[in-house]
Amino acid sequence: MQLGEIAGLKPAKPMRDVFGDALLELATNNPRVVVLDGDLGNSTKAEHVRHAFPERFFNIGIAESNLTGIGAGLAACGFIPFIVSFSSFLLCNAYDQIRLSIAMSNVNAKVVGSHGGITLGKDGPTQMGIEDLALVGGMPTFVMLAPSDPASMHAAVNAAAAHVGPVFLRSSRIAMPHIYPVDACPFEIGRANVVREGDDVTIIGCGMMVAAGLDAAALLATEGIEARVLDFHTLRPMDVDAIAAAARDTGAIVCAEEHLLQGGMGSNIARVVAQTHPVPMRFVGLDDVYVESADPWDLLRKYHLTAEDIAAAARAAVKAKKAGRA
Amino acid sequence: MRTLTPEQRCNLEEHAYHIRRLSVEMITFGRWGHIGGSFSAAELLAVLYFDQLRLKPEEPHWEGRDRFVMSKAHASPALYAALALRGFFPVEEVYTYCELGGRLEGHTDMTRTPGLEASGGPLGQGLSICVGMALGFALKENSHNRVVCMLGDGECNEGQVWEAAMSAAHYRLDNLIAIVDYNKVMAKGFVRDLMAVEPLGAKWAAFGWDVMEIDGHDISEIADALHQARYVLPRGKPICIIAHTVKGRGVAECEFNYKWHTHAPEPTTADRFLRELARNYGFPEKGYSRLEEDLEKETFYGGGVMIMSDDGTTPP
Repeated sequence: MQLGEIAGLKPAKPMRDVFGDALLELATNNPRVVVLDGDLGNSTKAEHVRHAFPERFFNIGIAESNLTGIGAGLAACGFIPFIVSFSSFLLCNAYDQIRLSIAMSNVNAKVVGSHGGITLGKDGPTQMGIEDLALVGGMPTFVMLAPSDPASMHAAVNAAAAHVGPVFLRSSRIAMPHIYPVDACPFEIGRANVVREGDDVTIIGCGMMVAAGLDAAALLATEGIEARVLDFHTLRPMDVDAIAAAARDTGAIVCAEEHLLQGGMGSNIARVVAQTHPVPMRFVGLDDVYVESADPWDLLRKYHLTAEDIAAAARAAVKAKKAGRA
Repeated sequence: MRTLTPEQRCNLEEHAYHIRRLSVEMITFGRWGHIGGSFSAAELLAVLYFDQLRLKPEEPHWEGRDRFVMSKAHASPALYAALALRGFFPVEEVYTYCELGGRLEGHTDMTRTPGLEASGGPLGQGLSICVGMALGFALKENSHNRVVCMLGDGECNEGQVWEAAMSAAHYRLDNLIAIVDYNKVMAKGFVRDLMAVEPLGAKWAAFGWDVMEIDGHDISEIADALHQARYVLPRGKPICIIAHTVKGRGVAECEFNYKWHTHAPEPTTADRFLRELARNYGFPEKGYSRLEEDLEKETFYGGGVMIMSDDGTTPP
């Protein structure tokens, strides 16, 4: 079973390759773009830029703190640095540097956390970014993007460059199927996209969980439950209106993320729901756990991050709504 | 060789004196700050801001300017004093140091203070930022900007300093100058006792830098070293100036005394310090300019009582 197969989505190439293509396209169009790599350009695919523009590609070696600071310095000289490595190494190893040199200084630097979530698989939990969104969440000036398909990745890379200020962009090792037409992804920072309409429940996802959410919606439709699916590609600033509308219109919400539930997207959405229009909510994600080395699909199944898990959460939310419970 | 005229020397020494004076005034009035590390950097900052750095205070974002980053950002009082004296903001503004709504933060914040090129506080980060700036200038055609970073000696405990040092040499950034304010004392004692950094010059040299060692309180030596770093030395290597200094230099009680690392003097103590400074540097004796006002100032500090540690200092 492939991601998006139940919903009939067209397969695509791995997101990291899409990211590399998008970054190269951006660097081709904008001479101010420079790429800073932590010796993982072949994994993150940032090396697409090295091949075309070696003078604007810097492999700083294995030193994430320095990598981050150098990026901040280049931004101070008017360049637009894309600092690219594994999400876990950047956020966990260089958090203080990202906080001071980029976030607090409010410089125009872009941090790309590749291999977000658990789907890097066999590399194991030490390399997985399961807390990256929570950590970026602790830095108030950052815009935070987690695109869900090839078109939205291209749009997100361009939006990150166009935004003046710190941006975090989450990339991934796995393939995410096409949700949008290749050249027609509506992408506005801070505005969630409705990718499926429905009145019974809303599934809010980011990254791969948008396609999983569409799969879940297809499963639910066979049971007579119509789910709205929101692509919550911007985690900050949050689309408060879209959340409130989902709560009002559908009366039940499921949040799905390839991240710890603690401090992730869902907990922030819950805060908005609680303050705008409280409705039953369920959450799909990693619940206070470090996972293990394994095939990505085995991990998603074992730790309950599949379309079936989202569908089960949606049924529970709908049931609670009908019973008038939380 | 940069040979200063007696008049230029005198002038720079006077700036160093005023940097120390203003540091004491702002730390006392603001009830917070680092005296020791501000005093040790006074001559270095005087020569940088009044002889060596190319700046246009009236146009703080001028493209052709040199970039100075104070990585040991706890010496912010000395830096703010230099910026104010150089004309980036009014000297009177130093009395808003650490005040609500002011532009002079306890540790440096580039988003607030005119003339700052980077923010600082957590140690070890400034040199990496400077490597990025130097790399940026190297990428641009016909740029003559120099990037200067001041680090503390204790700061050289931080691993990131050496990551940055390694990368600066790798990219052959001879437009980059690191100055180590080697004042021999960190927050809780002597560097050599707490975490030895020696042989410091040999470490920088081993990382691929050209190294000079100077007396960091000698105006002429500083000016000559910075001049050489700009015009003589650049030969494919970044340049490190190890400036031997004295923590707290200028007031006997503060010299080499870690208790004056972070500690705001009482107004009457400040008055005594400022009179001593004037005597030591040969200026007409002058006390704390806000003594009366400060003695009457109401301060809220942990319920009205200053909380002192057992050695009589206020921890940060």
